[in-house]
Amino acid sequence: MTRTLTLLAAAFLLAACGNDAADPPAGAPVDLAAWEADTAFHTSGNPARLEDWGQFRIEGERLVLAEGVVPYGMNTALFSDYALKLRTVWLPEGAEPAAWHDTDTFAFPVGTVITKTFYYPRGGGAFDAVALELDPNAHFDGVALDLSAIRVIETRILVRREEGWAAIPYAWNEDQRSTRLARAGAFVDLTLLEAGGRSTALTYQIPDVNQCAQCHITNANDGQVRPIGPRARHLNGDYPYAHGSQNQLDHWREAGLLTGGPESHAAPRSTVWHGETILAGMALESAARAYIDINCAHCHSRTGHARTSGLYLEPSDPVGPAFGVCKPPIAAGRGTGNRLYSIVPGDSHASIFTFRMETTRPDAMMPELGRSVAHREGLALVAAWIDAMAGEC
Amino acid sequence: MTAIWRAGLAAFSALIVLQACGQQTGQTRDVSDADREYQHVLMEALLDAAPGSVIEIPAGVFVIERGLSLANVDGVTIRGAGMDETILSFAEQRAGAEGLLVTSANNFTIEDLAIEDSIGDALKITGSENVIIRRVRTEWTRGVSTDNGAYGIYPVLTTNVLIEESVAIGASDAGIYVGQSDNIVVRNNRAEYNVAGIEIENSMDADVYGNVATNNTGGILVFNMPNLPRPGHGTRVFDNDVHENNTRNFGHAGTPVANVPAGTGILVNSNDDVEIFNNRVARNRTANVIISSLHSAGFSELGVESDFDPYPERIHIHGNTFEGGGNNPDGMDLQALRIALFGPTGRIPDVLWDGYVDEAKMVDGSLPDDLRLCVSGAEVLNADGPGGYGNPRIVTAEHACSHPPRAAVELPF
Repeated sequence: MTRTLTLLAAAFLLAACGNDAADPPAGAPVDLAAWEADTAFHTSGNPARLEDWGQFRIEGERLVLAEGVVPYGMNTALFSDYALKLRTVWLPEGAEPAAWHDTDTFAFPVGTVITKTFYYPRGGGAFDAVALELDPNAHFDGVALDLSAIRVIETRILVRREEGWAAIPYAWNEDQRSTRLARAGAFVDLTLLEAGGRSTALTYQIPDVNQCAQCHITNANDGQVRPIGPRARHLNGDYPYAHGSQNQLDHWREAGLLTGGPESHAAPRSTVWHGETILAGMALESAARAYIDINCAHCHSRTGHARTSGLYLEPSDPVGPAFGVCKPPIAAGRGTGNRLYSIVPGDSHASIFTFRMETTRPDAMMPELGRSVAHREGLALVAAWIDAMAGEC
Repeated sequence: MTAIWRAGLAAFSALIVLQACGQQTGQTRDVSDADREYQHVLMEALLDAAPGSVIEIPAGVFVIERGLSLANVDGVTIRGAGMDETILSFAEQRAGAEGLLVTSANNFTIEDLAIEDSIGDALKITGSENVIIRRVRTEWTRGVSTDNGAYGIYPVLTTNVLIEESVAIGASDAGIYVGQSDNIVVRNNRAEYNVAGIEIENSMDADVYGNVATNNTGGILVFNMPNLPRPGHGTRVFDNDVHENNTRNFGHAGTPVANVPAGTGILVNSNDDVEIFNNRVARNRTANVIISSLHSAGFSELGVESDFDPYPERIHIHGNTFEGGGNNPDGMDLQALRIALFGPTGRIPDVLWDGYVDEAKMVDGSLPDDLRLCVSGAEVLNADGPGGYGNPRIVTAEHACSHPPRAAVELPF
């Protein structure tokens, strides 16, 4: 059965910057009314616009969460080229709450819609110049993002359908008032401005749908896409809600989003870390392990995409050979950086682990997807942890 | 310090690299005039692939700027118009760790096309059953370079995999690399100018036959690496042409193959139940066959999980044709060994063994018959690794034994 492929002539007007998701015709009127759609669970297919999901409204210069859409944050977040992320969860009217799990993703009911919007503070000047900002909630007041202060890149939807989760990426148009389906992904070239005048070119990549699956199929045994963040240990911390700061697990239970599990003070908890410099001791250990958990362990587990490597980086894994200590690589290729072992205790500069976090070569960097620059703060954290490790190879 | 594997001291100048097409060049294929639009059609086709889809790629040279991926769909066929007609060039790749990554795709076939100059691995297929790779060429067109991607054709965690009539050139690790897989046939392929031509690693039941492995650093490798959930054993290597695998090792330090000596024909490392027969093995300058354990491969023993068995056992070498080789081994240690034992014009015997045996399994001072290294039709040198390489000696008579022939691998398609 051969499927005929047609090339939609209008679909690939490539901008010089290489953005390759379909752009709307120049000067097309923005359909602000589209944002008035009711919050909806689309049981199948790929709606053409984020607007169709009704998760957000646009009011003037504000991107506002729709009624019943709950924002959430992570104690320690996945690094994505310094993008800030607004994460939300919504359950349809009458749906059962998500069921607790000690370690894995909560079991969400059919109809759940999770969104993640990637944005940068504007850097002043050109629209492609954005600012490096470590505050994970910058320009979000608990109910709305200030569109006048930010550059919005993409919003990814994870929707829980009868047959399982589906991943649907949307790219934001430069008018910041409309979106488009971007199943094939796209490149967005940006300049990242830092305090002190330093600037870095980065090529932000909106993943294609198959790449979504590469990270989000965390258990090859069932082959199911699933969210990674909404787990007890990542959520178990305070969030700056519009009504004030509150523990997220407590709030989710109050709001009918979650049922079961222990009280938040007795529940698993990842260390809160958002780029701070930590020099020593238990704080260093716990922050490094939290960072490696959320950045690496969804692939580096016994059931994840990187299970072929024999490198297992989940919170429950002891720091031994399988965590990389004196472990020779299996199939790293250039990813070794000419270093012999994943972790050489006391010597981050001799460790493959830090080389892979530092390099930006696509065949050598870790994670494999989701970044085009190194995460300086994360690298410093993990390097300090390795340098403080006792022993040798 | 290792005596069997290279000590990294060799400084042989690179051989002139001949391209498959016979041109001498260090230039990557020029794709400045190639098609850049078709890549979007192909990406969409891969995203939209449904069970049973046949994705036909026409003849032409197509620039692909991002890694392609196919995931979670069964029964897909990707078909070109020939490995020299349909060329996917990744010379301008900006993102993606592979050229084409295929994940969780059962009953998958890819045939009659070329993947060139990917940044990383050319074709990686993971977590899939019933995989056919036929007449696929993976190549780094500038020739031997450490900047080339690691693997050409790379099925891993696959069951029932056939790689046939394919060509792999220029990989900085292995041209054809089957890892952590079960029930494998690798036949009638050509692997040239890779660090490892063909490598079977941590896999069960592989038949490797009818292949040509030449001008690699090491021709055909059967490996077990530590710290993986599953060791492998059970490989037949037969009726292959393994000659002049003398290309300098251009692998990345730290990779398992980086220490393979240039001039290795067939290498078994830490793997069991390997039958090597009816091959034509010639002019591999370190040794035509090397049998070794992890102990001589130059890794820290600290990073090895305790359940790993580093000893190659039940190895059976018989009926091969050997010619030349062993005359100019890669590395000071082996060169010194050659001259000390065989004189300035002598050569390392056809089978070089590091001499490690599992003492825990010994009965009355020797290994039980069914675990032994058995060799007929070739001289065997025991390098005496356990004795610090102090007493290397010819041990051919001690290994004049045989094991029952291994059964052929049967594929369900």
